[in-house]
Amino acid sequence: MALLDVKNISIGFPSRHGMFVAVEDVSLSVEAGEILGVVGESGAGKSTIGNAIIALLEPPGEVIKGEVYLNGARIDNLSAEEKRLIRGKKIGMIFQDPQTSLDPLKTIKQQLVESINLHLRLGRKGSEKKALELLEQVGIPDPLIRMEHYPHQFSGGMRQRVVIALALCGEPELIIADEPTTALDVSVQKQILDLMRKLCKEKNVGMILVTHDMGVIAEVADRVAVMYNSRLMEIGETAQIIGNPQHEYTKSLISAIPRPDKRVRRFPLVTYIEDVVERKEEFDVSTHWLGQSRDFDMKVADDGTILQLENLGMRFQITNSLFKSKRRYLDAVKDVNFSIKEGETFGIVGESGSGKSTIARMVTGLYKPYKGAVHFLGKEISAISHTSEVLPYRRQMQMVFQDPFSSLNARMRVMDIVAEPILFHKLADSKAEAEHIVLDLLKLVGMSDDAYAKYPHQFSGGQRQRISIARALATRPRFLICDEPTSALDVSVQAQILNLLKDLQEELNLTMMFISHDLPVIRQMCDRVAVMRHGQVLELAETEKLFEDPQHEYSQHLLGLMPQLNMLQA
Amino acid sequence: MFSFLIKRLLQSFMVLLSVAFIAFALFKFVGDPINNMVGQDTTLVEREALAERLGLNDPFPIQFFNFIKGAAVGDFGLSYRHKVPVSQLIAERAPATLELSIISALLSVFIGIPMGVYTAIRRKGFLSRSFMTVSLVGISLPTFLIGILFIFLFGVILRWLPTFGRGEVVQIGFWSTGLLTWSGIKSLILPAVTLALFQMTLIMRLVRTEMLEVLTTDYIKFARARGLKENAVNFGHALKNTLIPVITIIGLQLGLVMAFAIITETVFQWPGMGMLFIQAIEEVDVPVMAAYLMMISVVFVAINLAVDILYAFVDPRLTIDGGSKHG
Repeated sequence: MALLDVKNISIGFPSRHGMFVAVEDVSLSVEAGEILGVVGESGAGKSTIGNAIIALLEPPGEVIKGEVYLNGARIDNLSAEEKRLIRGKKIGMIFQDPQTSLDPLKTIKQQLVESINLHLRLGRKGSEKKALELLEQVGIPDPLIRMEHYPHQFSGGMRQRVVIALALCGEPELIIADEPTTALDVSVQKQILDLMRKLCKEKNVGMILVTHDMGVIAEVADRVAVMYNSRLMEIGETAQIIGNPQHEYTKSLISAIPRPDKRVRRFPLVTYIEDVVERKEEFDVSTHWLGQSRDFDMKVADDGTILQLENLGMRFQITNSLFKSKRRYLDAVKDVNFSIKEGETFGIVGESGSGKSTIARMVTGLYKPYKGAVHFLGKEISAISHTSEVLPYRRQMQMVFQDPFSSLNARMRVMDIVAEPILFHKLADSKAEAEHIVLDLLKLVGMSDDAYAKYPHQFSGGQRQRISIARALATRPRFLICDEPTSALDVSVQAQILNLLKDLQEELNLTMMFISHDLPVIRQMCDRVAVMRHGQVLELAETEKLFEDPQHEYSQHLLGLMPQLNMLQA
Repeated sequence: MFSFLIKRLLQSFMVLLSVAFIAFALFKFVGDPINNMVGQDTTLVEREALAERLGLNDPFPIQFFNFIKGAAVGDFGLSYRHKVPVSQLIAERAPATLELSIISALLSVFIGIPMGVYTAIRRKGFLSRSFMTVSLVGISLPTFLIGILFIFLFGVILRWLPTFGRGEVVQIGFWSTGLLTWSGIKSLILPAVTLALFQMTLIMRLVRTEMLEVLTTDYIKFARARGLKENAVNFGHALKNTLIPVITIIGLQLGLVMAFAIITETVFQWPGMGMLFIQAIEEVDVPVMAAYLMMISVVFVAINLAVDILYAFVDPRLTIDGGSKHG
C-alpha cells in the first residue's frame, strides 16, 4: 500500500464563465521515503494538486472528482476540522519563497514551539528542546542563539532551512514541497536539495516535489510525473523519463532545456505547445529601416572594442551617520575591468548580490559609478554630465529587463510602448512613420499582426518579453544589455526567446551583454564569460574554455553545482 | 535609537517653530486687536498706551521672540476678551476636551479594530455586511449632522440622554472631571459617540482592508499548512501584522479627533477648548487662537513621535540605528 494515493482527481475553479478545470483526471502515488517530482510549466496544474492534497485550495477551488488516500484512509472527504488535524501532523508543506513564508514579527523559536506544541504536546520545555534538535538537523549553525532571531535576520537559504524545520515539526509522513528552491541561488539550492533528500531517506518521509526545473528533478527525484495543460502526460522513473521520454510533450520539453554539457546552435522548440510562434517574416536588413545608418559618426575602435570598463566600482551607503568614521558602505562592484568587442555576446554570471546587475545599471547610466569609467564607442560616457550630450550614446544601448510583468507600463498600448523610444529620440519624421516602424518591429520579434492595439496584460510572459525586446530595438541600438531576460519564463518560452535573441543578433549585428545566473543558458548564448562574486570578476574566459577547463576555484565550484542532466541522450 | 530620538526631537521642534510662526502671524494680520478690546469712546492716546503695554509697537522679530519665549513656558499673554491669562483659560477648558477626545479615541480604537477584524474574517457574513453598510453612513455623513440626529433621537424623541453641557463635574485639584457623576457620564455619551463614529468607521475599514491583504500572504498560508487553528492564524499571526501599518494612521487620526472636537463641542455646547476657540475666532481673540493652534500642533507632534517609537518596539525588522543584520 502506498503512503499517498491520488486517484483520478479533477480540480475545478467555478467562475462566471463556467467551471475552469485546473487538474483533470490525474492519478499518482508516493511511497514512504520516496521523492516524487511533479514537473510542468506554469499553468500546468502542478501546484494545484499539492494544494488539493493538503486541503488548502484557494477558494473557490474544489475537488470535483476523484479520491485521495493517505495510508489507505480516505482524506479528501473529511470535515474541515479533521483536515486541519492532518495538516502539519501527517502532511507538511514547504513553499517557494522563504522570504515570505515566515511570520516576520515572531522569532523562529516562537513559530517552531507553536507548531511543535500543537502537534506533539511536549509542553514548553520539551518543545524548545525539540525545536533545537530540528534546527540542528536542518543545519542551522549555533541553533541556541539563532532560534531567538527573527526571520529577517536570516539569509534566504537559512530561512528555507527554517521553513523545512517548521514543516517537520509535527513529524509528518508526507511533505509537499512547492518549488522549494526556485527563489534560491544555485549553491544554496544544492544544499537545500541535499538536505531534503537526506531528511526523506533518514525519516522515511514521502515527498512530492513540485517544480518547473528538470535539473532539480534529475538531482533528487526518484520518480517523475510530467504535467501539461492540467493533465498528467507521463509518470515513471526519473532516469527513464529524462533519458528516454515516451510522450511527445516530455520529449520536446526536455529538448528545450539548455544543455549544460555542449553548445547547440539553436534551441529545439517545444512544438507540442500550440502557441509556439516562429517568426514568419524575414527582413532583408540591408535595405530595411532597422539596418539603416545609425549614428555612423560614432565609429567602433579599430580593434573592435565597443564597450570598455575601467576600474569600475560602485559603493552604496548602508548606514548613515553624522560621523564619517561611523558610516558604513557596501562595495557592490569593485575594480571591474573588461571590454566587449563588436558583435560578440559577453556573459556575466554570478549568484545574487555578486554585482552583475549593478554593472548593467552603471553602463546604462542608471547609476553613476563611484569610481572608474565606462567607455562606449571610444567616449567616456560615465563622465558626461549633460543629458543632451549623452543621449546619442544612450540610444545606441538598450536594455531588456528580467521581469516582463513589471517592465511594461500596464496602462499603455503595445503600440505606444514600442513607439515611445522612437518618438523620444526623434528617430522618425512623423507619427505615421513611427507607427509603421513599430509594426515592423513587432513582426520582427514574432508577434501577431493585431498585437499593437492590445495592452500588456493581454499577453503571456514570453510574449511580453518579445514586446520588451521590440522596444529595446526601437532605437536601432548596437549594444543590447539583457539582464536575466528569461529567468522569469518557462523553459519552452525561454527557448523561443533565446532563439529570437540569437537571430536578431545575427541579422542586426548586435553586441550583447548577457547577464544570468543560469550557467547552461550562458553556455548556449555567450562567446566570452565573466564570473563574478562579491563585486569582483574572478575569471574571464572564452565560454567553451570556461566550461571545459575552469581556472578559478569559484568557477569550478559553480560549475560543479550545475544540475547535471547526464541521463540525457547525447 | 538615541540618535534617532535626537533627530526626531529636532524635527518636532522645527515643526513647532513653524506653527508658532504662523500662529504669531495671526497677531499681525487678523484684524486690529485694540479695536476689539476697547470701546468707541477710547481716545487715541489711550489706544496708543494700550498698544505699547501689549508690546504691539515693537518690531516684528522682537515680538516674535517674545511670543516664542512666552509660549515655551505656556504663557500666551492675556485674552483680549476675558482679560485673564490665556493659560488659565486653557487650563479651565482642557479637561473637558481631553476627556471627550480620549474617550472617543478609546471608543474608536477598541470598537473599530475588532469590527475590522471581524469583517475581514467573516467577509460574507450578514453581520459583516451590515457593519460595512452602516460604516458607509458613518464615513459619509458629516459629524455635525450625526450630532444633530443623535440629539433629535436620544434627546428629543426618546429623552434618554442630555443634549448639552457636561452635567455635574467634580473638581480634583486643577482637573474637573465629569466621569465621576452619573449626569457627567450620561452627558458624555452622545458627544463621545458622535466624535468617535467617523474615526471608528475609518479604522474599521482600514483594519479590514489591511487584514484581508495579510490573510493572502504566504506566511498565513504556511501557518495554515502547519495545521494551526483558525484562531491562532487569525489572532496570533494575522492581527499583529495587520496592526503595524494601521498604527501610523490611527496615530494621525487620534490627533484629528481633538481637532474635530471643535464641531462636536459646538453642537453639544460642550464647554471645552473647541468652544473656546470658536468664540475666540468670532471675537478675534488672537492670543487664544494662537495658544489653541500651538496646543493642537504639540499634540500632533507628540502623537507622531510616540507612533515612531512604538513602531520600533512592535516591528523587529525596524532597526532604527540601521543595526546589525545577521545572516
